[in-house]
Amino acid sequence: MNFAYYPGCSARGSSKDYEMSTQAVCKALDMRLVDIPDWNCCGSTPAHAVDTELSAALCVRNLDIAAQQKAEVLLTPCPSCLSNLRMAAKRMENPAFRSRVDELLDGPSAKEFPPVTSVMQGIAAQMDMGAITARVRQSLKGLKLVAYYGCLMSRPAEVMNFGDPENPTLMEEMMSACGAEMLDFPLKTACCGASFGIPERPMTAKNSGRILELATRLGADAIVVACPLCQMNLDLRQDQASAAMDTKFRMPVLYFTQMMGIAFDLPEKELGLNKLCVSADGLIRKLGELRREEAAKPAEQKAKAAEGGR
Amino acid sequence: MRIGVFICHCGSNIAGTVDCAKVAAIARTYPDVVYADDPMYTCAEPGQAAIEAAIHEHKLDGVVVASCSPRMHEPTFRRTVERAGLNRYMLEMANIREHVSWIGKDMEANTNKAAELVQLAVEKLRNNKPLMAKSFDVNKRVLVIGGGVAGIQAALDCADGGVPVVLVEREATIGGKMAKLDKTFPTVDCSACILGPKMVDVAQHSNITLYAYSEVEDISGYVGNFTVKIRKRSTYVDWSLCTGCGACTEKCPAKKTPDAFNELTGTTTAITIAFPQAIPKKAVINPQFCRQLLKGKCGVCAKVCPTGAIKYDMEDEIITEEVGSIVAATGYDLMDWTVYKEYGGGTYPDVITSLQYERLLSASGPTGGHVKRPSDGREPKNIVFVQCVGSRDKSVGRPYCSGFCCMYTAKQAILTKDHIPDSKSFVFYMDIRAPGKMYDEFTRRAMEEYGTEYIRGRVSQIYPDANGQMTVMGVDTLLGQPVEIKADLVVLAVGVEASKGSPQLAEKLRISYDSYGFFMESHVKLKPVETNTAGVYLAGVCQGVKDIPASVAQGSAAAAKVLALFSKDKLESDPQIAQVDIRRCVNCGKCIRCCPFGAIKEVEIRGEGKAQVIETVCQGCGLCTSTCPQGAIQLSHATDNQILAEVNALCQC
Repeated sequence: MNFAYYPGCSARGSSKDYEMSTQAVCKALDMRLVDIPDWNCCGSTPAHAVDTELSAALCVRNLDIAAQQKAEVLLTPCPSCLSNLRMAAKRMENPAFRSRVDELLDGPSAKEFPPVTSVMQGIAAQMDMGAITARVRQSLKGLKLVAYYGCLMSRPAEVMNFGDPENPTLMEEMMSACGAEMLDFPLKTACCGASFGIPERPMTAKNSGRILELATRLGADAIVVACPLCQMNLDLRQDQASAAMDTKFRMPVLYFTQMMGIAFDLPEKELGLNKLCVSADGLIRKLGELRREEAAKPAEQKAKAAEGGR
Repeated sequence: MRIGVFICHCGSNIAGTVDCAKVAAIARTYPDVVYADDPMYTCAEPGQAAIEAAIHEHKLDGVVVASCSPRMHEPTFRRTVERAGLNRYMLEMANIREHVSWIGKDMEANTNKAAELVQLAVEKLRNNKPLMAKSFDVNKRVLVIGGGVAGIQAALDCADGGVPVVLVEREATIGGKMAKLDKTFPTVDCSACILGPKMVDVAQHSNITLYAYSEVEDISGYVGNFTVKIRKRSTYVDWSLCTGCGACTEKCPAKKTPDAFNELTGTTTAITIAFPQAIPKKAVINPQFCRQLLKGKCGVCAKVCPTGAIKYDMEDEIITEEVGSIVAATGYDLMDWTVYKEYGGGTYPDVITSLQYERLLSASGPTGGHVKRPSDGREPKNIVFVQCVGSRDKSVGRPYCSGFCCMYTAKQAILTKDHIPDSKSFVFYMDIRAPGKMYDEFTRRAMEEYGTEYIRGRVSQIYPDANGQMTVMGVDTLLGQPVEIKADLVVLAVGVEASKGSPQLAEKLRISYDSYGFFMESHVKLKPVETNTAGVYLAGVCQGVKDIPASVAQGSAAAAKVLALFSKDKLESDPQIAQVDIRRCVNCGKCIRCCPFGAIKEVEIRGEGKAQVIETVCQGCGLCTSTCPQGAIQLSHATDNQILAEVNALCQC
């Protein structure tokens, strides 16, 4: 099945691995993501922080393209893009705002835009957790993971529509479907510091450090994320966070699509694991050992274990 | 007919946007109107005197007052015309304030509308007939629902006034929330010590019948003559034999029963007496944990009971009581704070409610009054109090202020310092609301003498850290900075909501309740104790959030209302009720089925079945009159002819 897809700028740059693994996992689940033609940047943080109308115009141009394509739904992997696109669509309900944005776009935009949703919710809407489990080739059983959503995915609640804004659980459900043990993570919706990594580096280091510290203390093997900026702050800036907390973290930070790809036993190069700054090699090794041990067990015991696992 | 019309200015309330003199002039042109005037304040003494004088001078036999909503002043003006010798139902009101002047600014349109409403009232009045009230006996007994401090006060004051009281309490003991508190603000005197004697008075008062562990099942009847069905829930202990010796509670092997009285901070036995000063001091078996009732194997309590009071086969009992008045004093519950997932949603043992903390402070609590953390029993040194958890928070549907949390938080901070001198308390607050007598001084004491650190701001997150401490993240809005505090114990000042089952009880009482379940008083300012159902009064938090002194005051106020009601031997019934024209009635039974009060019965008249209204039960709602296909039932004072006269007048305007 085909889905209109808005990759966002990060997908072409800093979060190439998110893009690769998203494509690979969706393909494995029989969801074909088709880029809407001639899309442009949503404006990200700088645009909406400076000019609401201009920011909306950037988003509305993409929504308009999706509407012309007669897309039923538009999927995007990035929570920031999602937030901007949805906010823009919501603001366009105000006729005065719409007319000002249309002026910026040199013409009237579509009367109605297709709904925009995250790739994660798109997958969940398409198939139940049982179907995901059925696609698993290499169970993540034995891995302890924490899901980190960041501040944007569930907020503002009335726009993002992502369950309990303080305690979303969709990522846990998906990872559990892949066999992983999901630890309760109180900081799952705390802020990583976001784009303040540039102007307020110590603050970002501290925020990210707090998240890394808790995940480490809980004994997580990895943090699973769904936002390119969160991933960057927790992974690329992990040394800065370590310095801020006066410790040395070694916490792999993977996109949920990478984790699903591992569970689906997709080729590593399709998942972009080599793009991670904190290597996931140890994680992959551990998983391999776990599965080998399991295979080595007598068949009888294995059957018993499988029963217990249910 | 000779009608007088009075167009009230209500100061500038009406006259500001209605030309009252012009309305009076127009009114003089209406049929039968022989006199019209536009007084400044019709409800004031000169205004009322002017009506009386006009009635005498112009030989009026009907009066229209165009002023405010009849809800407040219809009784006033009915008394006025009665004083002048008219029947009180020869008065009509036109509401030209709420329905005209307050909602429109266009003077001309308002004046026209006011004149039209006056014409409606005149046409209605032309069809009015004098109605006579009948009188009936009053049963001078009162039912008090809820044995918290408000209900106790109401019961004692009524009983002292010579009125027999039936007190119904849902729990096994009276005392309510106050019995669970350690100390009370602002005097820091022991809650049990000041409430205990009152509870004993209830037990010993010859005028009070106490049904504990009981609930009101059904209420029928009307002011002066209510019939109440009370469900006495099975305690599995014959209270006439139980001496409260406690032998059963010592031997009961089911020691892991959650202790509801201690707000689940500890465990108790399946057979239990809530606390040492419980009234009645009788044992109750919790059937969900009793091994005998669950598995049929145990019977220890029956063996050790010296009086043979244990009855495993006991069943609920329904008791019927007849009373003339009812006081609702059902109190409150804490809201379900587990919706706050950012505070752990109830998963962290060291994040507790303020009421749980009271139990930890109390000498009769699970820790014997030594403050110990639930997780590991250690004494906490850093304690964070978070106010407004479920108060003033639209996001959880609780936009109102719970009123007394600021005060008890200050009290708990003071008590914490007394219990653990080397402890440090922090309070996150939004605003400190301490408007009572000696209240603000008290909160200042918590800050200045006891060194409690008050931080103005909300807590965004609480989570456990490596050392078994809780990390409390919040913001100091005065400094404009995020703050982070390591706490051994976090106490949430959880917001108040109406007691569970309040809406259901309100429906049994036929009183209104607001969207949060609090019972509605008859008038926000002037009738805070009465309800819109005659003979039913309110006391305590069931009507709205209030602290102990205010609850006690309202308990006494409700008792005063009951005593005033019972000072008369007979009450007058409202003649505005349905009446059956038996010549038209075809006995179809539709009215009997639609009446929500069971006020219509079938009778046989000359061999034919006919509907008959039970006058004392009918509330005059009019459902039957609009249901009757024959037009055989008419509501006195709102007959079809009267309503059609109004409609005709309106259509001709």
